[in-house]
Amino acid sequence: MNNIQSIRLFIPELIIVVTILIGIIADLIYSRQKSFKVGYWILGGLILSLFAVLMHDEHNVLTLFTDMVTLDPFAVLLKTIILISTILVVIISRYNNEFNNYRTGEYHILIAITVFGMMLMVSAVDILLIYLAIEIVSIMSFVLAGYLKQNKRSNESALKYVIYGAFSSGLMLFGMSILFGMTGSTKLYLIANSLAQLGPASNFAMIIALVLILAGFAYKISVVPFHFWTPDVYEGAPTTITAFLSVAPKAAGFAVLIRFFHIVFGDAGAMQAGNWITLTDIPWGQILALLSVLTMTLGNVVAIQQSNIKRMLAYSSIAHAGYMLMVIPVLSTESIFAIAFYIFVYTIMNLGAFFVVIAVKNDTGGETFDDYTGIGWRMPLIGIIMTIFMFSLTGLPPTAGFIGKFYLFAALIKGGTQFYWLAFVGVINSVISLYYYMRVVKVMYFDGDSQKELARPVLPITSILIVLAFTTILFGIYWAPLSDWIRNSLIFYISSL
Amino acid sequence: MDFNILSLLIWLPIIGMVAIAFIPREQEEVIKIVAAVATGLQLFLAILLWMQFDKTAIGFQFTEKYTWIPSFNIFYTLGVDGLSLPMVILTPLLSFLAIFVSWNIKRAVKGYFALFLLLDTGMMGVFLALDFFLFYVFWEVMLLPMYFLIGMWGGPQRVYAAIKFFLFTLVGSVLMLIAILALYFTCGQTFDMVTLMQTAPEALSGVLWWGVSAIKVIWILLFIGFAIKVPVFPLHTWLPLAHVEAPTAISVILAGVLLKMGVYGMLRVNYGMLPEAVWWFAGALAVLGLINVLWGGLAALAQKDLKKMVAYSSINHLGYALMGMAAVIAALEVNGGNYAAAEAGLSGAVFQMFNHGTISAMLFILAGVVYDRAHHREIAGFGGLAKQMPVYAGVTAIAFFAGLGLPSLSGFISEFMCFVGAFPVFRTIVIIGTLGILINAAYFLRAYQKIFFGQLNKKYADMPEINGRELFTLIPLAVITFIFGVYPAPFLNIIKVTISGLVEHVVTLGGMVGVF
Repeated sequence: MNNIQSIRLFIPELIIVVTILIGIIADLIYSRQKSFKVGYWILGGLILSLFAVLMHDEHNVLTLFTDMVTLDPFAVLLKTIILISTILVVIISRYNNEFNNYRTGEYHILIAITVFGMMLMVSAVDILLIYLAIEIVSIMSFVLAGYLKQNKRSNESALKYVIYGAFSSGLMLFGMSILFGMTGSTKLYLIANSLAQLGPASNFAMIIALVLILAGFAYKISVVPFHFWTPDVYEGAPTTITAFLSVAPKAAGFAVLIRFFHIVFGDAGAMQAGNWITLTDIPWGQILALLSVLTMTLGNVVAIQQSNIKRMLAYSSIAHAGYMLMVIPVLSTESIFAIAFYIFVYTIMNLGAFFVVIAVKNDTGGETFDDYTGIGWRMPLIGIIMTIFMFSLTGLPPTAGFIGKFYLFAALIKGGTQFYWLAFVGVINSVISLYYYMRVVKVMYFDGDSQKELARPVLPITSILIVLAFTTILFGIYWAPLSDWIRNSLIFYISSL
Repeated sequence: MDFNILSLLIWLPIIGMVAIAFIPREQEEVIKIVAAVATGLQLFLAILLWMQFDKTAIGFQFTEKYTWIPSFNIFYTLGVDGLSLPMVILTPLLSFLAIFVSWNIKRAVKGYFALFLLLDTGMMGVFLALDFFLFYVFWEVMLLPMYFLIGMWGGPQRVYAAIKFFLFTLVGSVLMLIAILALYFTCGQTFDMVTLMQTAPEALSGVLWWGVSAIKVIWILLFIGFAIKVPVFPLHTWLPLAHVEAPTAISVILAGVLLKMGVYGMLRVNYGMLPEAVWWFAGALAVLGLINVLWGGLAALAQKDLKKMVAYSSINHLGYALMGMAAVIAALEVNGGNYAAAEAGLSGAVFQMFNHGTISAMLFILAGVVYDRAHHREIAGFGGLAKQMPVYAGVTAIAFFAGLGLPSLSGFISEFMCFVGAFPVFRTIVIIGTLGILINAAYFLRAYQKIFFGQLNKKYADMPEINGRELFTLIPLAVITFIFGVYPAPFLNIIKVTISGLVEHVVTLGGMVGVF
């Protein structure tokens, strides 16, 4: 579809762009004390954009802007997840005491730009656009991570983030240039076609190109060994941004990864286990499986030793990336469904856990395990909600986290006996994760005595947390509508080229 | 019956829990009464179920089946047969009594009873679920309240005991999850346990994974999951700790119901779905049973803490059940087709499950009674209590004698049946196993002597006698122990048809040697 025709179908993104512009102008008008009001404009724009995304006709699968961007149900699904999580983050940001002495106008504008980048990320089918989208998201994230400019840790985290980010995106760009050199195209579908015709002589160059590109994706979803930025950034960044970074860009990163591997390696028509039609003599499955094992094991084992909850959740998010990566080698419809389902569930429960961190920090001013002593008695509701999220992150029924893990393991077992060992490593990792998640529950309830003095977090935080916790339980008991919606969204644009 | 009695049995405690959630935390009496009413009604329903249960019918009764998640073939299926009915009666009975055992809980009463009722639902669900997914959900749902109940209301080492219990059980259940998924994908994408019992033996026969029979792999995964719950040596180390640290009522539930889930799971799942492997594993099962008997007995003999002694005696008692389970292969043709022995062994195992539930519950309540008064449980720290607390001494005598297997009390009958069943096939093991009875007698009698006879410890000269509430929790159990010790027929009649069906199932589907 050409550029003029495409605009009509690009409305959600255009709404975000207009919102950004309005936000910038509004920020000029508001005084320092009132600058949080920019957030309302941004919030309105995001909600409007979400409606525009959801209004898309599901059967309409096509590409826009002369094959740069696709508009398929998978992109719609991911955009929905990204917009919902961002909306929640923007609402919570209003009540995050960390921003008390800051002007938050730019903060909201930067978030909106990140959302624009992520919406491109999940729908791009051109490696150049993929690169640009990832860079938009990364650069905005650097600034957001360092937003608390009077806080040393926040500055440190931003700097680390920039250095790792620059390094990995350099690698990725280099890999893309090799890919372009070999296939003569930047469009994923054309690349897949050309790859099928390349002989085994080009395998070596292919390995280099794909390893380098994988480095870029791995950085975005914090897969070992590109995870080093994660704990520092998660700890130093404002907690709302940590919550945001732990879900939305990760979801977008997985979307890019799935789309890339699916188009380039998968048989576009029918996805079946083991259909790595091109480059069959390169053990891609095993490489990804090994990375996932390393990622989840490192994440879980290191998380045990943390004394700061945000750091602990950072390592736990590394581990969760490992769980999701685990099923990519299967490359079946079932496995992509499992990842998509897990992304959704993970977004709910991880956002919830970080929002609890904000609620507690507003009250105690700290985020170490010591600050959580007796929280279960001081803030009874928050304690119960956090317990639900911890159980869900561990993957115990009746929570949505269990269903997510259940589908992941089911995809592996269905994939055949060669994946059983991965399932085994995965479940053992779940048991390890139980230890540190339960440590939160332990300090909240078992340590310290029941204080009679109650603390009440502000209503908006509490109500959002109740909604998230309720959703976590609900999708743990009856998730048929969710799984049907996600299953129906796994329609990818199939090239007719 | 014209209403879904099984669903009601499962969800009644949850209704109670929701009710408790709306009661202000200061009204502790009301909370306790609600909990007692919920479990009491549940017990009433369980007795009603027992009355209506058709002892002669083959297969599951009172079945309910509703669609849950159609895209993954998950159903909400419930049913009861002779194997689960004893546990379905035992669970509400012990839950109801445990409410009164925990009447004096001081800390966070509301949370305690709410979690207790959640635990009750989980236990009931495990015994009634006939859909493997549902079974797994209930199996795991129990962990959350158990973790809190031990960790929050337990003894000095409660936090460590709670997480150890949690980690051990979770290892077992995640291995079980893999096995469940493997069964699902290899046996026609169904979680229906009744269907799987029919299709799994055929679907899996001849399937090799990494050169090993798939049946064996799945058997081992499931067995580890259940063995941790039983617990089978060497996976038992969580048990003494959890039992000792848990509050009395929770020890009662742990020993009385949770341990039974291991045996129940093996009989229902391992025996039901993988009968071919029973033949292969029975020898190991008998040996493990023997180790449990001796290890548990000797360890109990070495304990100074009364509650710890009782905890180890549980390991010993379930060893007999394992031996009885192993006896099922007596019915195989190569072993002479001795159906009588096989049925005696399996019935013995199921009966032992039930009896251990009542006896160990009594023992833990009694240990709790003395702990509430003296605030310690050192066996050697008492002495001469028989004069001070004659009623307590009398009830303890019944419990201890039942524990050591005195004839005319129920424990004797079930242990005897286990031995009789296993004798034709595992002669040496059974002969060594009878030593366990001797060890049992040694530690129970030694403990009784040290606590009740000799000089009265002056510190306890004004120790109050066991009170009415405590007696109320003990007497029903003592009566059951006595009745079934003299006249076990009502119990054995309930399970008879199911047990002979199970033996038949194992023989016809697993009897062919070399199916692997």
